[in-house]
Amino acid sequence: MKMNEELKNTLLGPLSKNNPISVQVLGICSALAVTVEMKPALVMGVSVMIIVALSNVVISLIRNTIPNSVRIIVQLVVVAALVTVVSEFLKAFAFDVSVQLSVYIGLIITNCILMGRLEAFAMANKPWASFLDGLGNGLGYAIILVVTAFFRELFGSGSLLGYRIVPQSWYEAGYVDNGLMMLPSMALILLACIIWVHRAVDKELQEK
Amino acid sequence: MATKKFRCKVCSYIYEGEQAPEKCPVCNAPASEFELVGEDKPEKKTFNKNSNTYILVYTAVIVVIVSLLLSFTSAMLKARQDDNVKLDTKKQILSSLPTLDLTQGDVATLYANTIVAYELLDVEGNVVSKLDPVDDFDVKAAEGQLPLYVANVDGATKYIIPLNGAGLWGAIWGYIALNDDKNTVYGVYFSHASETPGLGSNIATPKFQKQFEGKQIMNNGVFVSIAIVKEGQKVVGQDQVDGISGSTITSKGVESMLKNSIGAYSAFLDKPQQPTNEGGNEL
Repeated sequence: MKMNEELKNTLLGPLSKNNPISVQVLGICSALAVTVEMKPALVMGVSVMIIVALSNVVISLIRNTIPNSVRIIVQLVVVAALVTVVSEFLKAFAFDVSVQLSVYIGLIITNCILMGRLEAFAMANKPWASFLDGLGNGLGYAIILVVTAFFRELFGSGSLLGYRIVPQSWYEAGYVDNGLMMLPSMALILLACIIWVHRAVDKELQEK
Repeated sequence: MATKKFRCKVCSYIYEGEQAPEKCPVCNAPASEFELVGEDKPEKKTFNKNSNTYILVYTAVIVVIVSLLLSFTSAMLKARQDDNVKLDTKKQILSSLPTLDLTQGDVATLYANTIVAYELLDVEGNVVSKLDPVDDFDVKAAEGQLPLYVANVDGATKYIIPLNGAGLWGAIWGYIALNDDKNTVYGVYFSHASETPGLGSNIATPKFQKQFEGKQIMNNGVFVSIAIVKEGQKVVGQDQVDGISGSTITSKGVESMLKNSIGAYSAFLDKPQQPTNEGGNEL
């Protein structure tokens, strides 16, 4: 039972109390870039989730054979390989999305969440626990991305996932989309608001 | 027989003897906190993981495995990816025709129904070769030749000219569709590799591209292209559209792309409209 409890924490901890974006403040750069609309945010979230989980498993499997002096390089090679594979798959099966995400899929390699989780968790834990940790962190990342994208797309373009939400009659009555929402600076402000709300709800997270 | 060594996990005290002591003499930790250390532990490591040889072999093996994996994936998906790129190019060509609705139905079918000819012109504006617009649409024009797509939209002939230029950060490209008077712009499509998001990247938005519709590239029978100016400015002797505020260089890039790319076709544009033996000619 104790074991299960631990695994559950590994999976669910990063969703809130140990969220990679709002608590660990990792992976901010891509969170700003791909959250203009819901669709790329979702794809990015899922891609990161898959890549963190898989690279965690791979690194965890070979963790005892990795020479200490080249471990970062080995981690990078594994991550880079997985990212390339995912990006090839996107180009083959979701071309529009891969055009939209352009460089950001490639930049998953430099996403701090990955290296952070590999160094902090996968190098010292068994594959299954590492897999759950990667899944949890990817999910925590995806949640923040989707929430940010929700507000940015709704107020910036008046639509969600490409479907029009704000009715045409509003525009005729003088409603204007908020152009600031489309700019990365607004994503930063939204992210700060999320962190604020998160810490207001969860008092444990507040710094003294 | 050598005595065994036990280390207290709490305070690192080393105890020598046959068995772990019941209590640690330093910190009073129970026997369960002691672990066996020392020479009695069997030598597990047969080689040094940090030796140069091991590191070299290890990295070499990893790299070989990874490169095999990557080339395998790439080879598997290549065909599908190429199809996607081709389909995307077709979509871009069609995007210069504003009356088509690309969100409905199959782009490939729409393309086959709309684009009736793909011709290569020489600098004099004469047709050098006619290619199959469906299968050979991405054949590169040779040096000194100019590619031209001919579309049929609701019975009217449109000429589509590919555009290539440079923006602020990288390549920009597009297609411009002209009415059969070879003067009035029917529609344009622009895309870019890496213009600034939210600024230069706006050349790819319908709002910017819509401005070009109905503009004329000729003035008194001479090719003058279309000027892209700051909002509120006026130019004499040529049609104009508003540039994008905050991205002058990208706007200028589009302007010179239009001038250079369309300018190369001036001999073709000057030619009077081809006599209407379209049945044989346009296929």
